Amino acid sequence: MAFETVIGLEVHAQLSTRSKIFCACSTAFGAAPNENTCPVCTGMPGVLPVLNRKAVECTIRTALATSCTVQRRSVFARKNYFYPDLPKAYQISQYELPIALGGHIDIEVDGGTKRIGITRIHMEEDAGKLVHEGEFAGAQASLADLNRCSVPLMEIVSEPDMRTPEEGGAYLRRLHDVLVYLGVCDGNMEEGSFRCDANVSVRPVGQEAFGTRAELKNMNSFRNVEKALEYEIRRQVELIEDGGKVVQETRLWDANAGVTVSMRRKEEAHDYRYFPDPDLLPLIVDDSWVEELRKTIPELPAEKIARLGRQYGIPRYDAGILASTPALADFFEASAAIYGGNPKTTANECVHWKDAVLAGTLSPETIAHAVEDRERGTISATASKKLVELVLSTGKPFRMLRDEQGLTQVSDTSALDILVDKILAASPKEVEGYRGGKVGLLSFFVGQVMKESRGKANPKVVQEVLKKKLG
Amino acid sequence: MANVPVHEWTLLEAARKVREKEISSRELTGAILTRIEALDPKVHAYITVLPEAAAAQAAACDEEQAKGALRGPFHGVPIGLKDIFCTRGVRTTCGSRILRDFIPPYDASVTEKVLGAGAVLLGKHNMDEFAMGSSTETSFFGATRNPWDVSRIPGGSSGGTAAAVAAAMCFAGVGTDTGGSIRQPASLCGVVGVKPTYGRVSRYGMVAFASSLDQGGPIARTVADTAALLGVIAGHDRRDSTSLDLPVPDYLAAVDRPVKGLRVGLPKEYYEGDGLSPEVRAAVQKALKALTDQGAVVVEVSLPHTSFALSAYYLIAPAEASSNLARYDGVRYGHRAEGASGLIEMMSRTRAEGFGDEVKRRVMIGTYALSAGYYDAFYGKAQKVRTLIRDDFTKAFEAADVLLTPTAPTPAFRLGEKTGDPLTMYLSDIYTIPCNLAGIPGISVPCGFSAEGLPIGAQLLSKPFREETLFTAAGAIERALPLRRVAPLEG
Ligand SMILES: [Zn+2]
Repeated sequence: MAFETVIGLEVHAQLSTRSKIFCACSTAFGAAPNENTCPVCTGMPGVLPVLNRKAVECTIRTALATSCTVQRRSVFARKNYFYPDLPKAYQISQYELPIALGGHIDIEVDGGTKRIGITRIHMEEDAGKLVHEGEFAGAQASLADLNRCSVPLMEIVSEPDMRTPEEGGAYLRRLHDVLVYLGVCDGNMEEGSFRCDANVSVRPVGQEAFGTRAELKNMNSFRNVEKALEYEIRRQVELIEDGGKVVQETRLWDANAGVTVSMRRKEEAHDYRYFPDPDLLPLIVDDSWVEELRKTIPELPAEKIARLGRQYGIPRYDAGILASTPALADFFEASAAIYGGNPKTTANECVHWKDAVLAGTLSPETIAHAVEDRERGTISATASKKLVELVLSTGKPFRMLRDEQGLTQVSDTSALDILVDKILAASPKEVEGYRGGKVGLLSFFVGQVMKESRGKANPKVVQEVLKKKLG
Repeated sequence: MANVPVHEWTLLEAARKVREKEISSRELTGAILTRIEALDPKVHAYITVLPEAAAAQAAACDEEQAKGALRGPFHGVPIGLKDIFCTRGVRTTCGSRILRDFIPPYDASVTEKVLGAGAVLLGKHNMDEFAMGSSTETSFFGATRNPWDVSRIPGGSSGGTAAAVAAAMCFAGVGTDTGGSIRQPASLCGVVGVKPTYGRVSRYGMVAFASSLDQGGPIARTVADTAALLGVIAGHDRRDSTSLDLPVPDYLAAVDRPVKGLRVGLPKEYYEGDGLSPEVRAAVQKALKALTDQGAVVVEVSLPHTSFALSAYYLIAPAEASSNLARYDGVRYGHRAEGASGLIEMMSRTRAEGFGDEVKRRVMIGTYALSAGYYDAFYGKAQKVRTLIRDDFTKAFEAADVLLTPTAPTPAFRLGEKTGDPLTMYLSDIYTIPCNLAGIPGISVPCGFSAEGLPIGAQLLSKPFREETLFTAAGAIERALPLRRVAPLEG
């Protein structure tokens, strides 16, 4: 029997705000345990949440960038459950009435485009974490670190539109790039700023009803998501083929073992007793606010790749690399604006020096000058590379270094005439040999001239002059 | 009036006398502390008394005043707070074992404002555990008694505050009202209590019972005192998203305004049924006469959904409470059960030991009302009833400026009389609850005594943010019915 896979993804993205969603505490990563806490985020008696406007704006911008409809009125609800890392014993989240509904993202698969629906986007607060002293099971104590409590999250829920792990991976990468482009999320998967859960089911091809789904958690890289999906699909298909039945459950991805393991069955599922949080008024978003935010939406990855290709005539692959990071693409465009030349060369240089570019230690002028001098033959490729390295180590301008180091190539034929004459006069035997048919001696003369010029002669021009004189 | 003892002064009188240096804050505070020492063993209005801190604060007030600085309108005047308002460095128990040793590192907004006005904090008033109760008998620290008859309850949950004010163990206090918890004890203790419009007084730092209903408000011995105190604690607070950003009017100025032409509505549903004691009915009639004698006109109004209010309230309040009280799990602060072998056992036992019966009862009702499959039938439906009740009031206020009703169906009952029967106890709040569901303001003002000498109060209700109308009407009743406000209690 042939099976079809149905995948839906839920992404939790940490919003790039400086303060938490309901209090003024810092969201900075890596603080000492419980350093970033206050009575509000630790749920002390009597304290109240106050919604962070910036977090709302980040979410609205995401909604606009994914073609969702921003809801005029959304409501925060309490999701009630007991856990030591959840100080109020409820998480404030949006439930029945989320801030955005019904959008989509286009991904590229098999040379074509596929549209993946987005069901909803809602806002919520994160929980803290527990640190177990010693081994988990035999731990003597569990310590709570509440730094992450009330860190703002946005949950983006897709439609079950993906059919393969590759589609899942492509959707995640595209969504990730969009969030990073918007500046609403730093996208760091290792620090948990961008997390993904997957709902996976399989069904016989042609069947309309969905199969029973499993929810996968704990996947912390794109590759892990794809591997977990592959494993889980195979597991479900084999289970059904062996006459078994898939049960609805939550499964954890064990990256070391490369398997998913059961964590919680449906019958053990929580009753979260959701109800609207009476401490927060319904969130009202008026049209003018949305329109104001719409103006802040930058060019998004797909548009940027297409435009770079169109405008600069660079290959789609190169455009993709540049567009993977908006700052890199911006840098490329700034360099190309200073020196047009061949944009492909400029693109290569930008990609080559990517780390320095993103670290902010290189200016677009440096790359533009490096490309221009090379294309004009003023310096060699080697000298160009050496000079950029010197710019990085000294901070001096490219052309100042070029002149200081005397790395300008000598392409002036009258200057080279003298040098060539000097070398030919000093090597009568070789001249005779060459004229006698040993054309391989040309590289000997070139080498001698280069040596004499201490590397400054333009080897191409030297060759031309030599050929003419020996001709 | 030359012989009125210090403790019987009104809040405004005391403030004026300190300001005019007729008395020092130290003397004034000392007099009240002495009185607390003598009387509180009988009344038990306080959970925590702060003799040293209050004396030090009074001394500081005197020193500053000597240099010409006044902190605010209540400079140097001692008052108390219900033990539901967080006080930095002073334990805040909410009447519960689970918070017996909780010392907040922050002040409630109300605490800040009262202290900012220059008041001296005498201590924290007793209350029903987590404000759940109508008699102050559910306090983990023991019941408060009614200073007019110590065999009786003072009402609740702000019973400690009302009793302390009536026994002149403070010049005023701030309580909270979720279903009548300010007005009902004020009525039963013969003092004035105001439940402001929802959102008028910040809830920040006020331990939450039912967030959509809770509202802090003043309790004092005169209408003017409550008006002045509300003026201090009202106002927008950015830390409370449900607090309203509206200017605070001069409430005090409203107290002496004439009531001529004021339309007083009598909601007929509040006078039907046999739960209303004839003595209370007669006393409220006197209040009505006081108003009509001064030119107010009577209009008949109807609040048809009144009979559903109690049921809706006892679903909404417990549902919110079950969530608000879930944080008391022994993990971070407060009581923690000893010797539990795992997390679930620790949390369960902490809550089993830390909460009293009434709190447990409501947490269980609320948990049930919110659980999957029951939400629509209970919580959802109760919210719909709430809308109907609110609409009833909106309509009634087209015809009337204020509504006049009894505050409580009977005068104070005896300790223990209703503790075995929670449903009868819940009926004590039958006249006060609709006001909280609708979010409108209400006041209870003394209007007479029973044959046994127990105080009776009349309730006035108005449109949202028309507290001024309440003060005007209550002021008229107070002027016409000059009643004794300090309980005759000997040390
Ligand atoms: Zn915080």
